[in-house]
Amino acid sequence: MWAILSILVENKPGVLFKVTNLFRARNFNIDSISVGITENPEFSRMTITTYGDEKQIQQIVKQLDKMIDTIEVKRLDEHKTVYREVVLFKIKVSKAADSMEINKLANAYGAKVHDAKKDSIMVELTATPDQISAFEELVKPFGILEIARTGIAALQRSGV
Amino acid sequence: MENMSGSKALMKALEKEGVKEVFGLPGGANLPMYDELYKSNIRHILVRHEQSAAHMADGFGRVSRKAGVCFATSGPGATNIITGLATAQADSAPMIAVTGQVPVKMIGRDAFQESDIIGISNPIVKYAFQPREASEIPEVVKKGFYIAETGRPGAVLIDIPKDVQQNEAEMSFPDEVRIRGYHPWTDPDVLETERAIDLLLSAQRPIILAGGGVIISTAFSELQSLAEMLMIPVVTTFKGKGAFPENHVLSLGPIGMHGHAEANKLMVEADCVLAIGTRFSDRSVGTFEEFEKNLKIIHMDVDPAEIGKNQTTHVAVVGDVKASLRIMVKLLIKRALKKSDDNVWIKHVNEVRDYWRQNLKIHPGEMGAAKILRKLREVLPKEAIVTTEVGQHQMWASLFFDVIHPGTFFSSTGLGTMGWGFPAAIGAKTARPDVPVVDIAGDGSFNMTENSLATSVLENLPVIVFLVNNYSLGMVAQWQRTFYDRRMIGVDQKNCPDYVKLAESYGAQGIRAQSLDELGKAIKAGLKSDVATVIDIPIDPEEDVLPFVAPGTSLKDMILPS
Repeated sequence: MWAILSILVENKPGVLFKVTNLFRARNFNIDSISVGITENPEFSRMTITTYGDEKQIQQIVKQLDKMIDTIEVKRLDEHKTVYREVVLFKIKVSKAADSMEINKLANAYGAKVHDAKKDSIMVELTATPDQISAFEELVKPFGILEIARTGIAALQRSGV
Repeated sequence: MENMSGSKALMKALEKEGVKEVFGLPGGANLPMYDELYKSNIRHILVRHEQSAAHMADGFGRVSRKAGVCFATSGPGATNIITGLATAQADSAPMIAVTGQVPVKMIGRDAFQESDIIGISNPIVKYAFQPREASEIPEVVKKGFYIAETGRPGAVLIDIPKDVQQNEAEMSFPDEVRIRGYHPWTDPDVLETERAIDLLLSAQRPIILAGGGVIISTAFSELQSLAEMLMIPVVTTFKGKGAFPENHVLSLGPIGMHGHAEANKLMVEADCVLAIGTRFSDRSVGTFEEFEKNLKIIHMDVDPAEIGKNQTTHVAVVGDVKASLRIMVKLLIKRALKKSDDNVWIKHVNEVRDYWRQNLKIHPGEMGAAKILRKLREVLPKEAIVTTEVGQHQMWASLFFDVIHPGTFFSSTGLGTMGWGFPAAIGAKTARPDVPVVDIAGDGSFNMTENSLATSVLENLPVIVFLVNNYSLGMVAQWQRTFYDRRMIGVDQKNCPDYVKLAESYGAQGIRAQSLDELGKAIKAGLKSDVATVIDIPIDPEEDVLPFVAPGTSLKDMILPS
């Protein structure tokens, strides 16, 4: 089971270490993680996605809640949540037609094209993990030179 | 607001918390603290190794239920207290460790005696602070005690860089602190408590499992009222030993790896358990899947993260267990419910208990474990405080030493730290100089912190070391005999040192007891002594601890003495 956890924490040094150390020490896995300051500079929000059975995920939430530096831990329902990840792909261009083809795919996925060079092209995609995987499959035949991902950011929709 | 140094603020803040003693050892990075300690009214108790300072603070904390305090310097001083922090945290004991650190500007430069103690200690403390400004110290100390002593108690580290100790600042000392991410108290839910009662009353074979949480929250009379009102037998975890008087008619003693035969037998027969203040340790319940089979579990605990961690719970009451039990007792009074002891289950419980109390085979020798521990119980006043080390003697204490006064028995049950019992006994004696304190020890464990004899003698904190001496690391030897076909390695201590001479060399009293008569006299001599007494009690090195539930098996697979 895949779960998205939204964790509001004290914005101070060492808190990220404590959260990740908790996952390691308790034998839980981090699938992706993103951290950033919130509307209130005293707090940061961590978005962690993880895999586990129902019992494990409940334990993760409880153990995170128990941490003194966490203010609020929410397990987000993916159907009531907007969640996105930014990925940068550097894709190999072998012939002129590749560049056009990659541009077309990027357009279809609403991705932006940066740094188009003779032998490579960089594409920025903001999407859900499923869409990212699908796009990755499509561009794989061209040859993926490098990938950088931000991890998921997620917020619950209002009024649900 | 008052202008003073960080160190002075530390002492003032500790005094405000009611601290009268600290256990510690000075070094380069905590000298400014020690200089202010010199000028303060706080007594310093010097140890010979920082680990012992931590165990003393832990023992002090368990007995007084106020955080014990220890001091250590940076680097090796700080890393030496790690075992002490982990031990206290594993057993939910309130404790504060204050360490020196290299000056702020030197942090991260691999300075002399620098260790990243905040990083190292993270998984084994409840919280760790490193104030970077002297002015933070009063609030950090207040928060430290608040965290260590409330909710599920634990170990707190305060790491103070040397310049932060020295710098002067305007200090204000808060009377109260709030931490927005920390909510130690939850009021027990009355509806859940009602459900717990319904489930318990509908059971055919109910049992109460009392854990260490009952001792921490001193819920002794509440537990006793509940058990007596409903006539439900009480087993305990090892950490919960003495949560319920072990001479009570409803007491069956501890369950677990070396639980009482009757306790393990009846635990597996039960169809519903009221588990109070326990985390269902593997040493107590055996395999998790087997334990919860055909068992309805009602779990009361102050820590919500314990609910469902190791066992599937049917009803959970989160909150201080004393408050939860009070609500339960009140609800029962309202229902005007009182069960008689005239039921099939209780009759069966009595039969099983009586059978095993009469028929459990014990070592035939005069100095068998059961006999020496029963002798100790016979001579020792009931209010005496007992600590143990870790190993065979500890499990024999669990089996054969009955705790009559609740909350007088303490052991390193979670981390299982050899060497804990003796310094913890000295810490206990510091908290309660009015009662005798005995460390039930084994030779292997005692070796680890025996230099605390110097502290005991010089600081006038006399305790008795009841040294069950089998010249070996007995528990490991037992496992090698049982599971490794007698391939004995690394367990023979070859009668070294001579513990009588060792005690005498520290100015303590050393007595060797080779008969029960000599043992009785030695205990009496220890009770009268102004200095520590080490009673060396040679026993048969081949004696096993039985019953035994092998690791990875269930309570029903208990091995009994043949």
